[in-house]
Amino acid sequence: MDEAQLVMDTALLAGQILLANGSEIARVEDTMQRIADNAGYRYANIFVLLTGITMSLPDGESTQVRPIHSRTIDLEKVAQVNTLSRQFASDEIDLPTFYQQLRQIEVAVPTFPFWLQELAAIIVSMTLMVAFTGIDAPVKLLFAMLAGGSGYAVFYYVNHELRVRFLSEFLASLVIGFVAYVGIRWLGFTHVAGDAVIIGALMPLVPGVPIMNAFRDTMSGNYLSGPARAVEAVLSVCAIGLGIAIMVSLW
Amino acid sequence: MIHIIIEGILAYAATVGFGIILNIPRHALNVAGWIGAAGWAIYELIVLKSGAQISLAQMAIGMLTAGLLIGVLSNWAARVKHMPVILFNIPSLVPLVPGGQAYQVIRNLVTGHGNIALDYLGQVIAIAGMIALGFLLSELLVRITYRLRHVLKAK
Repeated sequence: MDEAQLVMDTALLAGQILLANGSEIARVEDTMQRIADNAGYRYANIFVLLTGITMSLPDGESTQVRPIHSRTIDLEKVAQVNTLSRQFASDEIDLPTFYQQLRQIEVAVPTFPFWLQELAAIIVSMTLMVAFTGIDAPVKLLFAMLAGGSGYAVFYYVNHELRVRFLSEFLASLVIGFVAYVGIRWLGFTHVAGDAVIIGALMPLVPGVPIMNAFRDTMSGNYLSGPARAVEAVLSVCAIGLGIAIMVSLW
Repeated sequence: MIHIIIEGILAYAATVGFGIILNIPRHALNVAGWIGAAGWAIYELIVLKSGAQISLAQMAIGMLTAGLLIGVLSNWAARVKHMPVILFNIPSLVPLVPGGQAYQVIRNLVTGHGNIALDYLGQVIAIAGMIALGFLLSELLVRITYRLRHVLKAK
């Protein structure tokens, strides 16, 4: 492989990993530009959209494209590419090593085990229920734990198996609504307490990354990608809302 | 005062929890947690001062300040720890999300209270807009200080 091709491959792979794991557009463009600069190819042309990357080197004849078909959220990988890019910029690693390390990122980067994520979802549900509504009776906390935990478990597994984010959010919010409904129907919770349980349990599902990136992308002048992310966030919120609406209408 | 400290601890736990869900690097979790706690604590501080009834204006000012603080602290943490900003500001944003109001919109729509739903929708939009404005201001502030430091260094 000649050097220009390696520069191109490295930059495109870095961009692909960043974009597919929840980075904002400006960071993708910036990182790719830096890689090309530091490898000695200045004035590379890089065009990044939410769904694909186009890049060409100034003297080369070819332009290369990488479509991004699916996006998940794994900020550890974003941080990892960032670190590698910094190491490359300060000459700690050379280009072939950089490329190899990038190729290993998919398997080498640690993720938190499922039980820890589940625990995290439970903590988010319980703490935010208390912070938002001031309700802290043990029975309600237990229900927030149940609702938040089962909701996140459904979200996690459906998302893992079917890879349809909106469907998993919809099903998760159905489950959350059901747990709160059980509390109201059979344990004599007031509606205020039922509301509190649902509000807490929904918080782990908040589409924080699309919301933040919609804002950041629009502000940095990416008028195609920013609003596209906003659509993603709104669809997520609608999916969650639909599930809750169905359960609430049963009360 | 005790109340604000407790709320701060709750926000810390929630931020760290959300950080784990997003799989942010382990050594960023603690800092992100503190930023989340600081953001929520300052919001509580502003809202509490005003007594029992929280008006929309107070909520808006609280959210603006919290967004500003989170934005500045996240940028600072990102620079010090050499990590992307979004690792810090996305999890710490979560306690500020108007989840309760958004839920009330849906609940009141379904139960046929359109007027109340509209009222809550207004709150959701106001809060979200204020947080965004806070972030915008923080970005501006960070850029100005960066520029100033640059200019001062050149001299």
